[in-house]
Amino acid sequence: MGLSPRPETRTVTVDPQSQEGWVTTRLDFLVNWSRANSLWPMPFGTACCAIEFMATAASRFDLARFGMERMSFSPRQADVLICAGRVPFKLAPIIRRIWQQMPQPKWAIAMGACASTGNMFDNYAVVQGIDTIIPVDVYVPGCPPRPEGLMYGIMMLQKKVMNERMSDRSLRDEMEPDPSSQLYLPPSTIDELSEPFGNSVNQTRSGL
Amino acid sequence: MKDGFTPATPGSALQAATPPSTLRQLRHRGGDVNPSAAALRERFGSAISASDVVWGETTVIIEPRRAHEIVRWLHDDPAQQYTYLSDVTAVEFRDPEQPIEVVWHLRSLPFRRFLRLKALLPRGTPLEVDSVWPVFKSADWLERECYDMFGIKFIGHPDLRRILMWEGYREGFPLRKDFPLRGRFSRAEQLRQALAANPEARYSMEELTIAAAFEDLPDEMRARLAGGEKVGE
Repeated sequence: MGLSPRPETRTVTVDPQSQEGWVTTRLDFLVNWSRANSLWPMPFGTACCAIEFMATAASRFDLARFGMERMSFSPRQADVLICAGRVPFKLAPIIRRIWQQMPQPKWAIAMGACASTGNMFDNYAVVQGIDTIIPVDVYVPGCPPRPEGLMYGIMMLQKKVMNERMSDRSLRDEMEPDPSSQLYLPPSTIDELSEPFGNSVNQTRSGL
Repeated sequence: MKDGFTPATPGSALQAATPPSTLRQLRHRGGDVNPSAAALRERFGSAISASDVVWGETTVIIEPRRAHEIVRWLHDDPAQQYTYLSDVTAVEFRDPEQPIEVVWHLRSLPFRRFLRLKALLPRGTPLEVDSVWPVFKSADWLERECYDMFGIKFIGHPDLRRILMWEGYREGFPLRKDFPLRGRFSRAEQLRQALAANPEARYSMEELTIAAAFEDLPDEMRARLAGGEKVGE
């Protein structure tokens, strides 16, 4: 799933000769264009990925080019939750609450292998991917991903935002966790997502 | 500088200037025994069951229920002055016959001594040792961590709660050898229990309020706070 150039139909044409001072465009396009270029991140950094995230925001890679230089340390002014690093179970209710405090429209990026899948921390303490707690739009692989990787993910998210249609009401649906268990996915799905894989299959049980 | 450089060590209670030993000179077993080991044996007799020197560090095996008394003496005695507790932890071995060990790392800054105390808790007995919290306030969180991970009860600890895992964690003690790496419950059940936890219900009253410590604050800070200065929100 690579990045393709934007379709020609989405460009705005301005004719300076006409002197009329107005252009026509689709509202969808205008709204999405402004949203995609001013995504304010809510940094949720818990580990080494947060260091790469800081590098992305610093001058060499310069997140400001995407209109994202304004780190929103309050969820109420944030658009994108960027979860950088592993999330232990003890943080699960906290990231869930931050997500619920963010106003619509909102998106989530799982940065790095730990946030996406739990990575090698297939143990008693670490959530096996934050998509078991909140819906995730873009997964950035890497351990940790380089700033280029994160920026690629951000550009994918921008592309996703550009393709949104206002007529599609379901885009803005809040997730509704099951009131008794607070899970928004069925337990069987969570167990399936968290299945051990690779070498860790052999490390399930300690001795005795 | 013919006689060699002798660094000034203010606060050192060493009588003769002995060069600090380096790793290069150390043997695996044996070597200089920390003089505190003999002093402990003389003072506490049967409560000290063995002592050993590994890589130049002296380990003394003590009786679990006299830990407080022994550490208190090591801290207070002018010839020992172990005023720094650097760690409290525990060791469990894979061999089910071996007892679980509780380990204290003590350091005497004036005498430049390091002493490791161990208490052996045989299998099948309740995992209980004395808390050294009345001597070292820094033992508070160390002992809580040890309780959280191994389930060892520290008798006399004022607030023995979990510290790393959340309150109400029900799967057991994660660093025990019989604890499965992934925990005992399914992932969905673990997540359900984690999400049911209230993130704000982790603190004791002492951690949440500064009011109890008001009397201990410096005068000028008390005056400022009493004058209505805002702290936080």
